[in-house]
Amino acid sequence: MDTLEQGSGKLFTDPSSIAARADFQQKSRAMTDKVTTVSDAVDRLLGDGDYLAIGGFGGDRIPTAVIHEVIRQNKQDLGFAGHTSTHDFQVMCAGNLMGRGQVLARVDIAYVVGLEARGLSRQARRVMESGEVEFTEWSNYTLALRFRAAAMGVPFLPAHSVLGTDTMKHSAARKIVCPFTDEPMVAVPALYPDLAVIHVHESDPFGNCRIEGISVADLDVARSAKRLIITCERVISNDEIRSNPTRTAIPYYCVDAVCEVPLGSYPGNMPYEYYSDEEHIRQWLAVEEDLDEYRRFLDHHIFEVSDHQEYVRRAGGLDRLEELRRLEFMETS
Amino acid sequence: MSDSPTDYNAMELMVTCASRLLENGRTVAVGTGVPCSAAMLAQRLHAPDLTVFFEAGGVAPQLPTMPISVGDSRTFYRGLMATSMCEVMETCQRGLMDYTFLGGAQIDPYGNLNSTMIGDDYANPRVRFPGSGGANDLASLCWRTLVVTNHDPRRFVEQLDFMTTPGYLDGPGAREAAGLMPGTGPYRVITDLAILGYHDQTRRMEVLSLHPGVTLEEVQQQTGFEIGAASELIGTDPPSEQELRVLREEVDPHGYVIGR
Repeated sequence: MDTLEQGSGKLFTDPSSIAARADFQQKSRAMTDKVTTVSDAVDRLLGDGDYLAIGGFGGDRIPTAVIHEVIRQNKQDLGFAGHTSTHDFQVMCAGNLMGRGQVLARVDIAYVVGLEARGLSRQARRVMESGEVEFTEWSNYTLALRFRAAAMGVPFLPAHSVLGTDTMKHSAARKIVCPFTDEPMVAVPALYPDLAVIHVHESDPFGNCRIEGISVADLDVARSAKRLIITCERVISNDEIRSNPTRTAIPYYCVDAVCEVPLGSYPGNMPYEYYSDEEHIRQWLAVEEDLDEYRRFLDHHIFEVSDHQEYVRRAGGLDRLEELRRLEFMETS
Repeated sequence: MSDSPTDYNAMELMVTCASRLLENGRTVAVGTGVPCSAAMLAQRLHAPDLTVFFEAGGVAPQLPTMPISVGDSRTFYRGLMATSMCEVMETCQRGLMDYTFLGGAQIDPYGNLNSTMIGDDYANPRVRFPGSGGANDLASLCWRTLVVTNHDPRRFVEQLDFMTTPGYLDGPGAREAAGLMPGTGPYRVITDLAILGYHDQTRRMEVLSLHPGVTLEEVQQQTGFEIGAASELIGTDPPSEQELRVLREEVDPHGYVIGR
């Protein structure tokens, strides 16, 4: 298949399905109890220089505990998939330009820096405007499609998007011709992250997971990752999973660690559990304006904190929990 | 009481204009804010069978209140389906999505949009914005792209710093030549001054309808490129009492979007 045009962006990961199969061949299929702590999971499963993908939608069903732990353990030189990465990206950016080395080194961008209607993150802007991070441009669909290609075990997939734009020019995509219809199309390379982290509603100890509400790109993200950490609101029994296998969204053989983290998406939204804590997210955006204040805020909310429950308490989430639950269920207060 | 009250603000006018463009029985991919309000207003007035999609996976919610995020649980509240981003984008790619709404930091005469960066060096942006998000995909794959934005010369520029999202690229035939799907493209731009469309032959933006009290000269002054008027330039009908009542009481009672 001829390449008509080639984006100038860097490809940060190997799209080869043959190489990925060799990795997946080594992956354990054992149905063992994978329940562990967040700190152990991050310590064992994420290395410096790795490429990381985060599930959810920026401020919706995000694995906050793991993101904070990555910053606390100060993992260095990471690649990152910015797939509508909003509050999660804002937190990841706490690892750059703050005198603790450089957490983010390479970013595939579909959407970063912004928090949708809430505005732009000052810290994320500082990091992305600093010149110390390499980035390659994508769109939400083409980046999601890269996970899907990997999940399918093929090295690329075609689409009718991004053609003719600077987004394409600064991507690592290629313009090709369909071998059947001669239509020009974009080919996007498979993205196999070293580690993906996804927050779900329920998982059994082996990693069979249930997700309520939209799945965004997570079914593909889970299957594309070489290693996968699941955080969940609740650990449930394997019997419960077997009582209704239709509900299993992610199977155990994709999963390497299961961490029970109630309120795990806080301050993000968790469908049918709690709404986002907009007050706390606003505060996070506000403190980034002043570096001293931001440093104190990070100490108080991440570095001096032992686990997610303590963070939620410090951020005021436990006090507001009833309100966030009422908001989620649309009970007018 | 008159049916065209003068007591409305620019945002209410823009939401109303946007809602009128959404026909009954159609599909629309929306974001939060103005697009979502416009779709909700249309559903409550002339388009009860308008199906609303959110790119993160929410399909046909019965929106009780405005979502904050395109992926939050409002976007599938009492919906028909809570699915994936690929499912929604591929519904667009198959040719089933009639409209989408977009915005951006800059728009050029061909309706191309910039939401990526300001500056002249991509690797060292003066201001880094979020990037495409789903905008490029939606503008590539939906039949008609609508833009809602404030009208000022810093936004309406001859040359974008970065073309994030395709309009008509550099003119007639360019989308098709690039490989984008035939029959898709920019449709309308709704601003606080006017409703704009695109000339059939040149594919350049032109003024279709002036909002009450706005002159063509004002629109030109607020546009950073030369803009013509359609041969049959008309005036925008102000929001009716019914449109305003439903907008204020049912669609956005807290004034998140319309600011009341």
